[in-house]
Amino acid sequence: MALSASSSAAATARRAQPDLAFRIPSNSILPPKFNRIFPFSPSISRSPPISCTLANMSATTVDKELTAEALQRPDSFGRFGRFGGKYVPETLMSALTELEAAFGALATDHEFQKELAGILKDYVGRESPLYFAERLTEHYKRADGKGPHIYLKREDLNHTGAHKINNAVAQALLAKRIGKKRIIAETGAGQHGVATATVCARFGLQCIIYMGAQDMERQALNVFRMRLLGAEVRPVHSGTATLKDATSEAIRDWVTNVEDTHYILGSVAGPHPYPMMVREFHAVIGKETRKQAIEKWGGNPDVIVACIGGGSNAMGIFHEFVDDNDVRLIGVEAAGFGLDSGKHAATLTKGEVGVLHGAMSYLLQDEDGQIIEPHSISAGLDYPGVGPEHSFLKDLGRAEYYSITDEEALEAFKRLSRLEGIIPALETSHALAYLEKLCPTLADGTKVVLNCSGRGDKDVNTAIKYLDL
Amino acid sequence: MAAALNSSGFLQLKANCNLAECRSSLRSSASKSFNLRPIMASLTAAPTAGISETFSKLKQQGKVALIPYITAGDPDLSTTAEALKVLDSCGSDIIELGVPYSDPLADGPVIQAAATRALAKGANFDKIIAMLKEVVPQLSCPVALFSYYNPILKRGVGNFMSILQDTGIHGLVVPDVPLEETEILRKEAINKNIELVLLTTPTTPTVRMKAIVDASEGFVYLVSAVGVTGARTSVSGKVQSLLQDIKEATSKPVAVGFGISKPEHVKQVAGWGADGVIVGSAMVKLLGDAKSPEDGLKELEAFTKSLKSALI
Repeated sequence: MALSASSSAAATARRAQPDLAFRIPSNSILPPKFNRIFPFSPSISRSPPISCTLANMSATTVDKELTAEALQRPDSFGRFGRFGGKYVPETLMSALTELEAAFGALATDHEFQKELAGILKDYVGRESPLYFAERLTEHYKRADGKGPHIYLKREDLNHTGAHKINNAVAQALLAKRIGKKRIIAETGAGQHGVATATVCARFGLQCIIYMGAQDMERQALNVFRMRLLGAEVRPVHSGTATLKDATSEAIRDWVTNVEDTHYILGSVAGPHPYPMMVREFHAVIGKETRKQAIEKWGGNPDVIVACIGGGSNAMGIFHEFVDDNDVRLIGVEAAGFGLDSGKHAATLTKGEVGVLHGAMSYLLQDEDGQIIEPHSISAGLDYPGVGPEHSFLKDLGRAEYYSITDEEALEAFKRLSRLEGIIPALETSHALAYLEKLCPTLADGTKVVLNCSGRGDKDVNTAIKYLDL
Repeated sequence: MAAALNSSGFLQLKANCNLAECRSSLRSSASKSFNLRPIMASLTAAPTAGISETFSKLKQQGKVALIPYITAGDPDLSTTAEALKVLDSCGSDIIELGVPYSDPLADGPVIQAAATRALAKGANFDKIIAMLKEVVPQLSCPVALFSYYNPILKRGVGNFMSILQDTGIHGLVVPDVPLEETEILRKEAINKNIELVLLTTPTTPTVRMKAIVDASEGFVYLVSAVGVTGARTSVSGKVQSLLQDIKEATSKPVAVGFGISKPEHVKQVAGWGADGVIVGSAMVKLLGDAKSPEDGLKELEAFTKSLKSALI
């Protein structure tokens, strides 16, 4: 797959600015809004609208011809090929435009960059180590002593125990910049809720977390943590009372209180600019990885592995390397009880293209276009959608996506605990479990970096029901 | 259950409802009189006026359109079929019918709950369309569907519009597709003669509102409040100035919805110059909370009449 020369030039340029906490894609500088909607205004009565301006019209040609436009991630409409966009009630459109402009302005806001970098270092505890997992590497050595080298990017060592805080802290700072003092967020497992409650406490912002009533029962400890941090946790009883319903309820709250509220969306999902913005706030993971890899072995990783629910930790580590064609990018979804069981969350593997929570992407739906309740042992992967950029990378063939069952994840959960003294999150355990399939296929000395996205303390109550120790 | 409702419930209701009186007092157009309905019922596609045409006629008569909304399949599809007939016979000018969806982002608790109940009872798009193919020819007012985007995408936008056209549906409201994303919907709607209604809200900047009203077909849907659907104690005074702004930008009819739940609201909004008023959650609640479908239909009838009276 020939990615264009201009995009590798962009990648090089990016590497030349390591001091920035994150960067803004150049194409995110948007034309004034009236230019965007201009194509519609001349249409009187029933003349067909002008159709050549929307990037999604060219989506079908993406596979065949990688135009520069198709490689913009995203384009000015917030599209990754045919994915992404803004499918939200009209009430939210001005808030999304405002957010997009505020985010765009951060690129040149050195004060913001400096403040964020300081907080990431002193409060979050970055940079996170790139750790050589010696005994795990040993475990995957073949009879002849050959095998890949496994490194863990230790996002589990961040404050609050997962990568989620990278985005939460940056969005909280952004909310302050745009003068919004009321923060809302959705949470599944509670990790994003805890991260959001944490940063709201840190910056003195009002915090309301929407959580499915069923998830509140499953994750009672995190509910307490959020309350301890001063957040209000609102149970969501509608629909299936899980993450998708909590997300819908958070969006409804935002529709209602948009004038004074910022919504800290927790994944690379939702309407534009969220998939781009959340990716950029997590891109620090990949940037550090590149630097650390050069320090440790003088090159890039050969393979990067990350788990995928909405896909934020994966996008955070992938993004830096998307233009490096020699770096394999592997995303691991939750296969729950198995792909054929109908009880899984393997959106990219088994889903179909549709619109959920503001973006076009792959999603789990029935023949009537109703959203199907997903299943995973890991509440953080238990989501029927996926970030639009992952759908784009999948269709492009740039990233590979596989799935792991609950049972396989539990085995990996135990394995890493025993071999490395690291209890991984059940989400991360899916990525770890894929090593069982991947490692036997890799050449000796292959450098594998696995994004250890979170720690598993929160999951011991779940694991205790399944693991007989 | 459904059969029982058809054979006894509605007949009883008909007897209780003085339809002739209701209609003759509310409609002056002879072509829409109740007497023509048996003939219309025998046609495959009802020659009912479209949505913009309906507004034009009302405007000539100096009238404001009453646009009730109900969720299809709550409590069941046979009740929905009867409810459509009740709404039509009690003076509705356009009926907005919601297609139940698993994740209705723009809806408040009442319509969410109705959608969840409808889906749990087995309502799906094919069954709704089958019901409408029976009922639409019996209605004298046009019907617009209210559907979220994913069920439309799943069928294919072109195919979806064809189905609507074949069913005699005149309009479509898609609450989670803002102007920027309407390209394909608009193209296919125009091909199939479906009027795609766009929404403008209190947070929509004027420049953007102008582009929306330009592109909207049938009427302009003014969302009265910042928020999701659902009854509110009062209608924001801001609606008056929003209506003025829209009226300056377009000659298209404007209907106000979200939070309109009482005869007083209807009167107030009509007084501010709206061409139509949309009442949703209050209707849905009557059907959802009723002890039986028959009770719900009776309450719906009384409520619709009270709203209609407020517009005279």
